[in-house]
Amino acid sequence: MAFFALNNVTKAFGGLVAVKEVSYEITQGQIAAMIGPNGAGKSTAFNLVTGLYVPTSGEVEFEGQPIGGKKPDYVCKLGIARTFQNIRLFAFMTAVENVMAGRHVRMGAMLWDSLLHTPKQRAEERGVREKAMELLRFVDLERHADDYAHNLPYGFQRRLEIARALASDPKLLLLDEPAAGMNPREKEDLMKLIRAIRDRGTTVFLIEHDMGLVMNISEKIAVLDHGEKIAEGTPVEIRADARVIEAYLGKSA
Amino acid sequence: MFHWKKYRFVDWALVAVAVFVPFLPLVDHNGGHINVLVNAGIYMMLAIGLNIVVGFAGLLDLGYAAFFAIGSYTYAMVASPQFGLHFSFWPMVLVSAFVAAIFGIILGAPTLRLRGDYLAIVTLGFGEIVPQTFLNLAKYTGGPNGISAIDQPKLFGYHFGLNPLPYYYLVLVLIAFSLIVANNLRTSRLGRAWMAIREDEIAAAHMGINTTTAKLAAFSLGASFSGLSGVVNASLLTLVSPDQFKFNVSITVLSMLVLGGMGSLPGVVVGSAALSILNFFILPQASNIAASVGLHVDFTSYRFMLYGIILVVVMLFKPEGLWGSEQRKAELKEHGGAAGAENAEYEEMPRETV
Repeated sequence: MAFFALNNVTKAFGGLVAVKEVSYEITQGQIAAMIGPNGAGKSTAFNLVTGLYVPTSGEVEFEGQPIGGKKPDYVCKLGIARTFQNIRLFAFMTAVENVMAGRHVRMGAMLWDSLLHTPKQRAEERGVREKAMELLRFVDLERHADDYAHNLPYGFQRRLEIARALASDPKLLLLDEPAAGMNPREKEDLMKLIRAIRDRGTTVFLIEHDMGLVMNISEKIAVLDHGEKIAEGTPVEIRADARVIEAYLGKSA
Repeated sequence: MFHWKKYRFVDWALVAVAVFVPFLPLVDHNGGHINVLVNAGIYMMLAIGLNIVVGFAGLLDLGYAAFFAIGSYTYAMVASPQFGLHFSFWPMVLVSAFVAAIFGIILGAPTLRLRGDYLAIVTLGFGEIVPQTFLNLAKYTGGPNGISAIDQPKLFGYHFGLNPLPYYYLVLVLIAFSLIVANNLRTSRLGRAWMAIREDEIAAAHMGINTTTAKLAAFSLGASFSGLSGVVNASLLTLVSPDQFKFNVSITVLSMLVLGGMGSLPGVVVGSAALSILNFFILPQASNIAASVGLHVDFTSYRFMLYGIILVVVMLFKPEGLWGSEQRKAELKEHGGAAGAENAEYEEMPRETV
C-alpha cells in the first residue's frame, strides 16, 4: 500500500491533454518534488489530488484509499493540505484568523456550540487560537498575528499560507511553487522551513521552478513535460538525465 | 479581555441608548410612538437575520421577505379561526423560526452552485413566488384577504391586546436574544467558515470547510430570524395578507444593512433604526406638518426615492456604511469603491461536477 500515489492519471480539457498517464509514488516522510517547464501540467496534477479537478482516467491513492474526484474538503479531512500558486489567503481576515480557519476540519464545534458558545466551544476556541499562534511562531509570523493577510509582504503571505495549511495537521503537504517571487535570502529560509515541516512528521510534495531549491531539498523528483512524466529519480539522476536537459534547454543541434 | 481604550465615544453612546430603551415607555406615553418602535424592532430582527446571509456569508439574498411571510403565515394558520386552531404563542415562536429555517434550506439547496448576481436573481424569484403562492392557495390562506383575527399572546394570564407596550418589551427581548446569537455565530467556527467562504470559496473548501453545509446553515439560520419576527408581526397586526411581504420589504431590509454596514452588528442596529425612524416617523410627520400649512404632499410615497438618495450618498461618502466593520472598510479601500468589489474575485476554476 502506497502512502501516496498517482496511478496513470490523465486529465483532458476537451482535446487538450494537460496530464497524460502520470504515475508517481511518494513514501511517508519524504520531501518529493515535481518540476517541469511552464504549462507542463504540474498545477493540474495538484488540482487532481485536492479534488479541484476530476481525473479523466487513472486514480489518485492516499493511504490505500482512492481519492480521485473526491471533494476538496473531504481530501483535506483525510490529511492532505495545500498552498496555492497565486496565494489564496483570506485577504481580509487577520493572520491568526487565517490559521484558525485552516483548523476548521479538526474542530468539533457543532451548530449548537456555535450558537450558544457552550463551555466546550469556548475551550476549543482557546485551544485553536493557541495552536494557531504556535504555528505562526513556527513560520516566524507571530508579530503579525493581528494584521490582515492582505497587508503582509509577499514572502510573509507565502509563509502564512503554509501555516494555514499546517493547521489541519496534514500528513501530506502540497506546496505549489512556494519559492515564487522570493529573494535568495527568503529561499534559504524557506528551505529550512520545509525541512522543519518534514521533521515534524509531515510529508512534503512540492512543485517548483527554482532548480537550486528543488535539487537542494528534494529526495525524489519527477519531471513533467507536455503533461507526460519524462523522468523520475534522485536529484543526481535528474541532473544527468538527457531528456530533462532537452526539455529545459531544447534539443542540441 | 476588556480594553477600555478600544471603545470609542460612539460605542458608549450605543450602550447608553441600549440602557435607556427599556425605560422609554415611562417617558413617552404616546401609544403611536411605541407602535412605531415595535415595527422598527420587527425590521431590526429581519435585518439581523439577513445580515447573517449577506453580511457574514456574502450570499446576496433579494427575497428575504419570503421567510418573513412563511414565519407570519405559520403562526397565522395555527392560531386563528382559519382552521379553528389556537396554539399557544410562545412555542410557536420557536416552531415558526424552525419552519422558516427549513424553507431556508429548501431555497438554499438548489441555488448553492450560483454566486453573486445569479444567486440574487434566484432569491428574487423566490421572494415573488412565496407571497404569490399564499395569494393563490386561497383555501388555506384566505387568498387576497389573508388570515384575520389572529390570536395575541398570553403571558401568565395577561392578554396582549391593542396596547403595543407588551409587544415593545417582547420585541426588545427578542432583539437582545438575536444580537447575542448573531454575535456568537460571528465569533465561532461556523462564523469563521462563512468569512472564509466570502473571502475565497476555493481556498475555504481546501481548508476542509464543507461549503455546501456552511452556506445552507447561513440560509437557514438567517431565515429563522425572520420566522421570529414573522410571529410577532402576525400577532401584532392580528392579520396577515400576501401584500405585506412584497419585494419592497426585502429591499427595505437590505437597504438597512447597506446603510448601517454589512456584516457589522452595531451597523445593522443603527442602519435599521435609522431607516425605520425615517419610514414610520419622519415621513408621516412631514406629511402632517405639510398638511397643516396647507401643502398636500404625501411624503411617504417618496419613501423609495429617499432610500435611493440616502444609499447613493452613503456609498459615495462612507461606502462601508454608517457603522461598518473595520474589515469591510479595508476591503473597500483596497478595491477602490463599492462597485465591483465582490465580482473581482470570481475569476477562475469552478469545481467540476463529478
